[in-house]
Amino acid sequence: MAEKTYLQAISDGLREEMRHDKRVFVIGEDVGVYGGAFKVTLGFQEEFGPWRVIDAPLSETAIVGGCTGAAIMGMRPVAEMQFSDFISCAWDQLVTVAAKQRWRAGTPVPITVRLPSGGGFSGGPFHSQNPESSFAHIPGLKIVCPATPEDAKGLLATAIQDPNPVLYFEHKHLYRRIKAEVPDERYQTPFGQARVHREGDDISVITWGAMVWTAAEAAQQLEDDGISVEILDLRTLIPWDKKAVLESVRKTSKAIVLHEDTHTGGFGGEIAATIAEEAFEDLDAPIKRIAAPDTPVPFSPVLEKAYIPQVDDVAAGLRELAEY
Amino acid sequence: MAIAREAEPVGSLQEVKEAGLDREDLLGVYRNMLVTRGIEERGHILYKQGKIPGSFYTGRGNEAAAVGVATAMGENDVGTPLHRDMGVHVTRGVEPWRIFAQYMGRADGPTHGKDGNVHMADSRLGLLAMVSHLPAMLPVAVGCALAFRIREEKRVAVGWFGEGASARGDTHEAMNLAGVRKLPVVFICDNNQWAYSTPTYLEYATEHVADRAEAYGFEGVVVDGTDVLAVYREVKRAIEKARAGGGPTLIECLTLRMEGHAVHDDAFYVPKDMFERWAESDPIERFRSWLREHADLNDEQEDEITSGVKRLLNEALTRAEESPLPDPSSLLEGVWATPEDLDTPHHK
Repeated sequence: MAEKTYLQAISDGLREEMRHDKRVFVIGEDVGVYGGAFKVTLGFQEEFGPWRVIDAPLSETAIVGGCTGAAIMGMRPVAEMQFSDFISCAWDQLVTVAAKQRWRAGTPVPITVRLPSGGGFSGGPFHSQNPESSFAHIPGLKIVCPATPEDAKGLLATAIQDPNPVLYFEHKHLYRRIKAEVPDERYQTPFGQARVHREGDDISVITWGAMVWTAAEAAQQLEDDGISVEILDLRTLIPWDKKAVLESVRKTSKAIVLHEDTHTGGFGGEIAATIAEEAFEDLDAPIKRIAAPDTPVPFSPVLEKAYIPQVDDVAAGLRELAEY
Repeated sequence: MAIAREAEPVGSLQEVKEAGLDREDLLGVYRNMLVTRGIEERGHILYKQGKIPGSFYTGRGNEAAAVGVATAMGENDVGTPLHRDMGVHVTRGVEPWRIFAQYMGRADGPTHGKDGNVHMADSRLGLLAMVSHLPAMLPVAVGCALAFRIREEKRVAVGWFGEGASARGDTHEAMNLAGVRKLPVVFICDNNQWAYSTPTYLEYATEHVADRAEAYGFEGVVVDGTDVLAVYREVKRAIEKARAGGGPTLIECLTLRMEGHAVHDDAFYVPKDMFERWAESDPIERFRSWLREHADLNDEQEDEITSGVKRLLNEALTRAEESPLPDPSSLLEGVWATPEDLDTPHHK
C-alpha cells in the first residue's frame, strides 16, 4: 500500500491492465508524446510503443468508432476524451453503434471511454460538465464514477475487463486533491456495489464522484449538532446498487440525493423515484434533491460557486431535513 | 475535372484469370448475383403480402458492386455492408432462409427479430451489422483495420458508404484517421446517384466522391458499378495493396438505384430516361452476356444455374415461414454482454 493521488491511481490501474493484457491499448488526443492533457498516460508510449498508445487526430467520432471496430476484432481499447464534454461529438458511435450492437447483432463491444469530467476550476461551459445521466438513459452502456483513489484503480480494471461499453467518468477536481492508500497489486472493484463512505443513523446522502467529498465535509459540520449522516457512494450508476440505497433509507428514513450534474433529468431523479416507489412507507420526510441549477456551467469563479453544490448548500439541506 | 482514376472495363477471360478468378468462380459470381436479386424480389412479394413488418429496402442495380467487392475479399477480411449490399451477405455465405426470417421478424433471423431488413450480419462470416445512421459504420471499419495493424495481421477491413452519407462528418473522420495511420482498409462508395430524393450535385461538389481520396493521402478510383468484373479487379488490387501495408483506397462504384429509396417510394423524382438508360446496363444481364461471349456459358448451364437458384429460394422461403416468431420474453435478453460472449474467434 502506498498513498496515491486519484490521478496516479487511474494511471497505475491503466498501466497494470496494459502490462497484463496485450489486447489493451490507449487512443486519444495527445495521449502519447504529451502523456495526455492531465498526464494520466505520461510515460506510457515509452513503455508500450506508438501502436498501443495512439495519438489520434482531433476526431472523437473516429476515436470511439475506431475503438468499437477494434473491440469487435478482439482488442480491449481504452479511449480518452480530453474532456468529458467532447463525448458529445461521439454520441452517435456510443449510443447508436456500441450500445446496441450486442442486443441486436450479438456482437459484444468491450470498450472503455475515459471521461475527465466535472468543474471547480473555472473550466467554463465546455470543460466542466457531468454528462453521466445522458448516457445512463441508454440501455447497453455502463456508467462508472469513482470517488476515491482505491476505487479509481479498481473500477478502471473492471471497466477494461467488462465485455460491454463502459463510460468511466474521472472527476478532474479529485485528480490531485484527493490522496489515499491504494493497494499495489492488481484488483477489481465490482460494478453495482455502493460503498458506505460514512456511517450514520439520521439522514442518508446518496451521491457519487466529487460530491462524496462535499457531502463528507457537510456531514462533519452536522456532527457537532448531533445529526448523524450516512453517505452512500454509488461508485457506478449503471448498474446502480438499489439494494444498498433502500437499506440505507430504511435505516435513516430520510434521504438526500446529491449530484454535480444539473437538476432536471439528472440521475438523482431516478434514485428519488425508486425510493418513493419502494420505500415510501419507510420515509419520515420528502426526498430532497441537491444538484446544480438548470444552466450551463459558468466560467467566473463566483458564478461557478453558485452553480456547483457547495458544502454549505448540502449542510443547509441536511439541517432542513433533520428538522422536518 | 476528375482527380480519381476512372477504371477501364474488363475485356477478356484471360484478364479475369490474372485477377484470380477461374471459370467456376465466375459462374459462382453469377449465381450469387441471381440469388441476391431473387432474395430481394421475393422479399418484395412478401412485403406486399403483408408478411414483412415495417419498411423494405432493396439494392436493385447494385448486385454487381456488392457481389464484386465481396468476391475480392479474403476469408479473414471483414466488412460493414449496407442496405444496398445484400450481395455481400450472400457471397460471404449467409443462408437465404435466414435472410427471409430476418425480413419477417422471425426468431431464426440473424438478429432474432430485434432488428429488421438488412440490419443484420453474421460476425462469424466477418460481417458487422449496419446501423441506420449512415455512415456510422465507416469509423468502425477503420477500427477493425486498426486492430489488424496493431496485431500486425495481414487482414483488411472493407467499409461501405453511400454518396449521400459522404456528406457526413463520420466519412471525413474515418478516412482521415485511416489516411494518417495508413491503415489496411478499403472504402467502398455505393454511388447510386440518389440519396432518397436528393441528387448527387446536392450532396457533393466534386465530380466524383472518389476525388476526395487524394485529400486524405490515398488513391481514389471510380468504377462502373454494373460491371462485376471491373469492380472485382479494382477492389482486389486495393485489398492486396492494403494487405501489403500500402494503406487505404477509396473505390466509388457508380450505379443507379433502380427502385425507390424503400418500397413506399415510387422515385417520381428520378427522370424516366435515366432509368431507361441505366436499365440497358443491368448488372446481371450484362454479366450474363459477358459469360456467354467470353466464358462459353450455354443454355443448358444457364438453365441449371437459374433453376438451382429458384429451388434454393423456394426452399428458403418455406423454411423461413416455418421459423417461429420470437418469444416476447427474449426482448430483455442480450442488452448486456457476458464474458462468455467474448468466446469468439475474434476475441481469442
